[in-house]
Amino acid sequence: MAINETFAQYSNIFVYGSMAAYTFAMFAFATAFAQGRDKENNPQNGRKSGNIAMSLSWLGTILLGIGVLLRGLSASRVPWGNMYEFSITGTFGVMFVLLVYSLKRDVRWFGLFIILPALLSLGLAVTVLYTESAQLIPALKSYWLLIHVSAAVVSAGMFAIGGVLTILQLLVEKEERRIAEGNPPSRLQAITSRVPDSKALDLLSYKVHAFVFPLWTFTVVAGAIWARSAWGRYWGWDPKETWAFVTWVGYAAYLHARITVGWKGNRAAYIALVAFLTFIFNYFFVNFFFAGLHVYSGK
Amino acid sequence: MKDETTQNIREENAVVPISALGWVRWFWRQLTTMRVALQLLFLLAVASIPGSVFPQRTQSAMKVNQYISQNPETSIWLDRLGMFDVYGSFWFSAIYLLLMISLVGCILPRMKIHAKAIVSPPPNAPRYLKKFEFSQSFATKGDVDSTFKKISEIKTHLKQNRWRVIDGEYFISAEKGYLRETGNLVFHLAVVFILLAVAFGSTYGYRGQVILREGTSFSNVLSQYDSFTPGRLFKSENLVPFNVKLEKMAVTFEQTGEDSAKATDFGATLKFRENASEEYSEKTIGVNSPLDIGNSSMFLLGWGYAPHLIVRDASGATVFDDVVVFLPQDANFTSTGVIKIPDMQPQLGIQGIFAPTGIVTSDLGPHSMYPDLVNPMIFASFWQGDLGLDSGVPQNIYTLDKTELKQVGLHDLKPGETWELKNGTGSVEFVSVKKFATFNIASDPGQNWALLGAILAIFGIIGSLYIQRRRLWIRVVNDEGQTEVVVAAISRHEDVDLSEVVQEITTECEKLVNVAK
Repeated sequence: MAINETFAQYSNIFVYGSMAAYTFAMFAFATAFAQGRDKENNPQNGRKSGNIAMSLSWLGTILLGIGVLLRGLSASRVPWGNMYEFSITGTFGVMFVLLVYSLKRDVRWFGLFIILPALLSLGLAVTVLYTESAQLIPALKSYWLLIHVSAAVVSAGMFAIGGVLTILQLLVEKEERRIAEGNPPSRLQAITSRVPDSKALDLLSYKVHAFVFPLWTFTVVAGAIWARSAWGRYWGWDPKETWAFVTWVGYAAYLHARITVGWKGNRAAYIALVAFLTFIFNYFFVNFFFAGLHVYSGK
Repeated sequence: MKDETTQNIREENAVVPISALGWVRWFWRQLTTMRVALQLLFLLAVASIPGSVFPQRTQSAMKVNQYISQNPETSIWLDRLGMFDVYGSFWFSAIYLLLMISLVGCILPRMKIHAKAIVSPPPNAPRYLKKFEFSQSFATKGDVDSTFKKISEIKTHLKQNRWRVIDGEYFISAEKGYLRETGNLVFHLAVVFILLAVAFGSTYGYRGQVILREGTSFSNVLSQYDSFTPGRLFKSENLVPFNVKLEKMAVTFEQTGEDSAKATDFGATLKFRENASEEYSEKTIGVNSPLDIGNSSMFLLGWGYAPHLIVRDASGATVFDDVVVFLPQDANFTSTGVIKIPDMQPQLGIQGIFAPTGIVTSDLGPHSMYPDLVNPMIFASFWQGDLGLDSGVPQNIYTLDKTELKQVGLHDLKPGETWELKNGTGSVEFVSVKKFATFNIASDPGQNWALLGAILAIFGIIGSLYIQRRRLWIRVVNDEGQTEVVVAAISRHEDVDLSEVVQEITTECEKLVNVAK
């Protein structure tokens, strides 16, 4: 089937539009964050810029959603046939989850830390990863594309949120320890005083990771089932498979560490961080530097 | 997994074991601690990484040989360490075997404990509930006895919400979420099960590759495979003698630029039957739709062009009439192939480049500029002399040993064209272009078990992470003359919603009695 060039072009315009909205949202989040000091006594601090930031995030996400949709329509298929499409869909997924969550709880303090990686991901997508809209290569023509890749996109988004929470947790914990030892606050306080305490962050990050782990397990299993029909074996230690396994083991280790005496808190957080790095490595580097069967997901 | 007992084990570890049995017990204790299980998990992750860095024999023996010839000195050591077969190496196996034993060692005692927990009722409520982190209380107007009677009605509510309930002297004790531990155990057992299924499948299964040209057929016997990798305990009697014929290899192209295209779809139409007494059935298989036949499956891996050539000798008699596989070298299917004709005087060797859309440029020489058949051409060089086939050394069918050969011509041919060899020694005719397909044929008797294990693992992990194991107590007490109802709950793990549970039950209790303002 032919590619609808008009849709593909409009898709690009919408993606760029969403980047513009996100950029303004980032400034608004940054302002809200800067004003957000002493939240407990002055809950209204930074409220206004926070609201503006949230509205801009909604706008950007709607634009991105349309961009993703048009991209899919341009080739009459799900929009995750290559890394560019995977990135814009994944970013949309993360932002969408964040915004839906924001309807229930106040996540303005967190917005800045998500909008930054979201912009980074979109920036990489439109510069390094961009590919023209095209038909799928034969190996991807399977309904498993819908199942395996959508699970991978959601997992990627949740891993990113979990990773950001983990980094925040480690920073806050460091500062808390500093203060508990009687030292004066460090420069880190600019950040740590504006986010929840390390225990709350730890719990939140655990919730995110505990939610995503079964989904990632499913992603790997679905990938294996697909690999069996596409390549004739369900597991062949292809570099992408190997690193997906490494990531899986990493997060499994994190979940175990949290219930093990002596590994709670910081040490578990570091494991989560390492697991996240293996995921990022798998996503960006394995595609470009290792020859494997997943080459199509690169350029 | 033995978090609660870690302390005891540490103390035991302090004692240096003396007897052999002592060492075994010490080792077993170590192996089945969560700490060691964690370390083994890490080790397994780290150990699997080299397999993605170095080429693996199981994936491409050719790439391994290439790597070895490029780095001869380091390769000796890398090979000794098993770096070219990481997932079959002794150290990789050692790690996962230890991990499996560690898992089983953790799971078995926990299964026993959990089995007991499932059949036994919830324990009695502790005396002082207010000391718990998640507790609430309120005062009532009646005395302890009448209040407890009214409060007891909460049991129906609790049972409706799947709590397991007992009551005693002025207390109600309830517990739920047993499925959490069940899920946890199922998950870990399933992981062990998957490992066993993988091992079983690779020991008793096989995989092989076959190249079929359009119009040729294949019988599932060992000798007809181009390459074959059996499992350690595979027996060739287990091959089901099915028969497959490649009728047609169809490819659809999509134009991606002015002079480039990608294959967007390809399918091989096969006629097949499981035994000679059956009628042939027909099926078109593609990249994501294999053919299941016998105890095996047949997968389409790739395709290429196979020109049909006829060679005649000086007398005009046909000495060669076949469709020859030319292996594709680039995205536009510039393909190379070799034809050896020993039954000629002198012997003839043809080295050819086939191009579906042929062109000759000064920088690239003869090549193809488009993958579809627009202007098919063979650029052939003809060699006469001794092919070296009688030396007894097995030869690669895709290369020509030119030591005893002399080039006698260089010519390009289009379908239908014939080229006469010098001095009337014979002629070569390019008849037409056909296609070939490469297939993977594999049998993995463990794969359905592995899938079952994977499904169980997913359900297990969902249970163990999403279900909350909770204990709930309600006690009616007399606190210095004032009757009070105390509700408390605990959880064995982080349970963010526990305070909400206590709140909800307290509200339900308040509805049952006269609350003292």
